[in-house]
Amino acid sequence: MAGLLVLLSIALITIYFRESSGGGLHQVQSAGATVLRPFEVATDRVSRPFRDAYGYFAGLVHAKSENKRLRAEADKWRQLATQNLYASSANADLRRKLHFVNSRAFPSGYRSVGADILAQPSSAFELQVTIGAGSNSGIQENDPVVTDEGLVGTVVRVANNQSLVALLIDDATSVSAIDVHTRARGIVKAGGSFDHVGKDQRVNEGDQLVTSGWKEGDLSSIYPPGIPIGQVTAVGQNEVDLYKHVQLQPFANFKTLSSVLVLIPKNR
Amino acid sequence: MIADIGKGAAVLFVAAIVQVTLLSQIDVFHGAPDLVLVTLVAVALLRGTIFGAAAGFGAGLVVDTATLQTLGVTSLLLTIAGYWIGRYGETTGRDRTHAPFVSVAVVTLLYSLGALVLHYMLGDPASASRVLLHAFPFELIFNLILTLPVYALCRRLFRPPPSGLEEVQLLG
Repeated sequence: MAGLLVLLSIALITIYFRESSGGGLHQVQSAGATVLRPFEVATDRVSRPFRDAYGYFAGLVHAKSENKRLRAEADKWRQLATQNLYASSANADLRRKLHFVNSRAFPSGYRSVGADILAQPSSAFELQVTIGAGSNSGIQENDPVVTDEGLVGTVVRVANNQSLVALLIDDATSVSAIDVHTRARGIVKAGGSFDHVGKDQRVNEGDQLVTSGWKEGDLSSIYPPGIPIGQVTAVGQNEVDLYKHVQLQPFANFKTLSSVLVLIPKNR
Repeated sequence: MIADIGKGAAVLFVAAIVQVTLLSQIDVFHGAPDLVLVTLVAVALLRGTIFGAAAGFGAGLVVDTATLQTLGVTSLLLTIAGYWIGRYGETTGRDRTHAPFVSVAVVTLLYSLGALVLHYMLGDPASASRVLLHAFPFELIFNLILTLPVYALCRRLFRPPPSGLEEVQLLG
């Protein structure tokens, strides 16, 4: 009996395999499948709620692991995006500086050394920053420090690979300046006031101030002429004081400073 | 006997429909439980070679028809499996508690091997590593899990036949 069934199975396989898709066995199978179809549909419908429930819970488990993976991925991309943003901003900053170095506004007779800001002022009382270039790069004390926006300050201390820069807004910083519109001369102190401007000189709000770069005999200003310092924001005078009261806003943004250029005389 | 045939046909028909409709959709590393095989093992263990072979042939036909696979392939494999398990149930495996589990484990392996060889002979694409290394362990686990409830159900449906022994009182 069993042998007969085995032979019958082999015969079915052989016939089914050899006949065309429209053959007798194929048609019988097709008819059988049609008969079985309602049972399959019924089973499917009966089991659907259970399958849906299983799918829901399986989906939850899957969603948890997926969530964990996606969070890790999001963290990675966020870090990458931050790095890219920083690189992009640094790139734009460096491009501006490069453009400034190659422009006509860059003082002649000087070369520049680019340096990153390593340390910002630690308190409101210290208006000095540490930059990542020192005597090994040719920097000396009193070298002017600029950005493409304007004057930043002066080098006050030099190490091999680091320097300390007193910012323009430091109380100790004084810069001889000139009003580019009226040619009025004076001294910018602590980056906030334009002092020693005689009452007979004319200064207007909105005027731009640049370094005057004076020279008398062997003595000369440590700043080359023509470096933008700031814009006049207020002008006043009274009968008691000898000079005008002029307020200015520096061009350089000291809060967002990330890198600077140190100007070094070529003939040094 | 007629009742047994009816019950066997019904159980295996339901198993085959559930298999092709539901269980074939489970895929753990290409492995899925084989309810038809487990049910056939239980029926064959309880009812012997002829019943096992015939049940296997019928169940195989239903599966092949429903899945539109080459007619006779599953029948051939299940016929042999039903016969062999029936033989085991009639001899060594009789009344052994572990018989269903051993049968299912061995038949699952031999069935996978047989299917692989048969499909290979028919020129169907069949990956031995996929069938034996990836799918088989999970299929075996699924089948062993199914064995206990399926065998318990079949044991209820197919009560052991009377042994034929009667108490004899010796007189004189």
